[in-house]
Amino acid sequence: MVTGVSRYLGGRFAQLLQADPDISRVIGVDVVPPKQDLGDAEFVRADIRNPIISKVISQAEVDTVVHMSVIATPVGAGGRATMKEINVIGTMQLLAACQKAPSVRKLVVKSSTAVYGSSPRDPSMFTEDLEPNALARTGYAKDSVEVESYVRGFARRRPDVSVTTLRFANFVGPKVQTALTAYFSLPVVPTVLGFDPRLQFVHERDGLEVLWRTTLDEHPGTFNIAGDGVITLWQAIRRAGRPGLPLPQPAAPWIGQVLRRLGVADFSPEQMRFLTHGRVVDTARMKTVLGFEPRYSTVAAFDDFVAQQQVSGPLSPDVVGAVERRLLDVLVHTGSAPAQPGGIDA
Amino acid sequence: MPDARVIPIDGGERRRRTPKPSARDAVAAGAARATGERSRRRTTSPLIDPASAAAAAAATTAGKGGSGAARSKPAARTRKAKVGAEATPEPTTGTPGAAGPSRARSKRPARSSAAATPPAGSAPAAFDELSAATEPDGDDASILTGPEASEWERRIAGGLAFVRRRLTGDIEVDDFGFDPELTDKVLLAMMRPLYERYFRVETRGLENVPAEGGALVVANHSGTVPLDSVMTQLALLDHHSAHRHLRMLGADLVFQTPVIGELARKSGTTLACNADAERLLRRGELVGVWPEGFKGVGKPFSERYKLQRFGRGGFVSAALKTRVPIVPCSIVGAEEIYPILGNMKTLARLLGMPYVPVTPTFPWLGPLGMIPLPSKWIIEFGVPIATDGFAPDAAEDPMLVFNITDQVRETIQHTLYRLLMQRRSVFF
Repeated sequence: MVTGVSRYLGGRFAQLLQADPDISRVIGVDVVPPKQDLGDAEFVRADIRNPIISKVISQAEVDTVVHMSVIATPVGAGGRATMKEINVIGTMQLLAACQKAPSVRKLVVKSSTAVYGSSPRDPSMFTEDLEPNALARTGYAKDSVEVESYVRGFARRRPDVSVTTLRFANFVGPKVQTALTAYFSLPVVPTVLGFDPRLQFVHERDGLEVLWRTTLDEHPGTFNIAGDGVITLWQAIRRAGRPGLPLPQPAAPWIGQVLRRLGVADFSPEQMRFLTHGRVVDTARMKTVLGFEPRYSTVAAFDDFVAQQQVSGPLSPDVVGAVERRLLDVLVHTGSAPAQPGGIDA
Repeated sequence: MPDARVIPIDGGERRRRTPKPSARDAVAAGAARATGERSRRRTTSPLIDPASAAAAAAATTAGKGGSGAARSKPAARTRKAKVGAEATPEPTTGTPGAAGPSRARSKRPARSSAAATPPAGSAPAAFDELSAATEPDGDDASILTGPEASEWERRIAGGLAFVRRRLTGDIEVDDFGFDPELTDKVLLAMMRPLYERYFRVETRGLENVPAEGGALVVANHSGTVPLDSVMTQLALLDHHSAHRHLRMLGADLVFQTPVIGELARKSGTTLACNADAERLLRRGELVGVWPEGFKGVGKPFSERYKLQRFGRGGFVSAALKTRVPIVPCSIVGAEEIYPILGNMKTLARLLGMPYVPVTPTFPWLGPLGMIPLPSKWIIEFGVPIATDGFAPDAAEDPMLVFNITDQVRETIQHTLYRLLMQRRSVFF
């Protein structure tokens, strides 16, 4: 059973699962009908916030639950209150149903590296057992922290169920749409003056493969999932060929508000903090315990996103390269014009 | 493919700088380049220009997509043509197997895929990316291997390539945000005159710093503005035989501050916490730490060269855990650059800073007061203290940690006294 199939990753994942001959039945659950075709996967329109979900689980004798409906943006959900309800109450209901269902053997939860928060006191890289320095007080990060704590509680009460928590870095890729992809698609990308945070991305393909592996095999535990290496915010903006606009730090919350008003991108204060101080996680456990090597590095994933979603702005590498060449011609040519013919004759 | 983008440019450049072209090859290269120049001016089709047979071959193999675009897009023609023409010197100058052809081969699949897409109108984003990744290669090559390429031409080319890499984000930073190119070519380059001419830094005992593997350099902190860390970084990068980058540990206040935090990260500083120190040391980096922190930098002039408390000894436990040697480092001269006579405590509290100094010149002379006094510096690296002789769990023994901390502190303090005795005057 996969929750949150109406959104892009959930839907793609359900498609992948139902294409596998070893899996007899895939049930997708979400509040709204999926936009994309789920193939042969069954769709149950159920709100995981109410006890109907329990009936679905027990009737279908679900053995594996993949919980992907922790949502990051209030816009799609219809406001912050609804979002919180879906995230936190939904998870509680789902876990309560799983606890009562003896058929459930495995639970995979899609969480986020947002649980680590971001602050200037952060170590350069978070390992899975490091505590965040600044506990998230709002938004998605807080929801993720709470969801994870309920999942831990569930793991304690049902020790026979293998529980995997995957903390994903920000998704990018050809299709996926998040607040961050919207941010990088802005005509002028606002940043916080004097800060160039390190970011990490995971390509949607890699993300789906990790979900796939942890769903089919048993890998209990918590794992950070991210592409290799880091990218700085400015590096990313320039790779997208967009002009950046540094604004002083006191204006940061205000930027977020304006963006939200305009409806172009959805930025909570905690996301603005992320864009100020950044966050990098250690993926050693993903590599050693899960044995997973992401195909896309952070930079490669971002480049793929830029290329496939045609984000490339006016300052694309092509343009800059052309300007460089013209400058080089002008400078070198005028400067050494008398010297050149001599060089050729000799 | 996007991965392969970053590496070949730098790698190729390095490779190309090294081979010294023989006279004949150089002439050929010059000729080829000149034809490129000429063709560009005339905007005739450069592929039938009197370039050598190799040129044609290179152009056809490497520039399938290029020629396709040239036919339909006159503006693109000059550019692509240039790549074709200027690719020619490579087989003659570079080592045949390694530099030129291998890159051409690596380009070919990308190019042919680009050629498959219709070249008319706006090129797809993927194509833009590919062309940007490959073309400047040819540019650098022509300038750098050409015999008539004077020193300053090379500099312009290098400078422009540097600016282009910056503007397109074609750089690599490590997990800590360290940007070696920016550090070496911009940040430290600005500080070099200060090091060489102004403070006339004299280094001693550089051989005590291991040439490879992890090591922890522990130094005294002073000078109101932490220039001593920058100078130590320069000493190890420019004057150590292995030219090592010093990775420093900074207070969290550094990373809260706009601009300074960003520059600190890019120059290889990371947060002073055990997790980061151990991570760097395990990777075999040379780590620098100033355990006195703000107590050291901001101490009054009357207390100069008196070491403050050495933090909580966290640096010792990090060294013990990773079993790397501790290199005590004593810096003389930094105390005199901005002698602190007083501290504006209220203002400091208002600004959220640890201190706001009053020096003989600051704030009286305004911005002029920010010019440091030209003291003569000595940086001495002492004999390393080995930590691999202790039991693996030695870091858990607070008494041992305190003892080693004291030992390091005493070593630095005594070296400071010795250096001060030897010093003739503050400024010479």
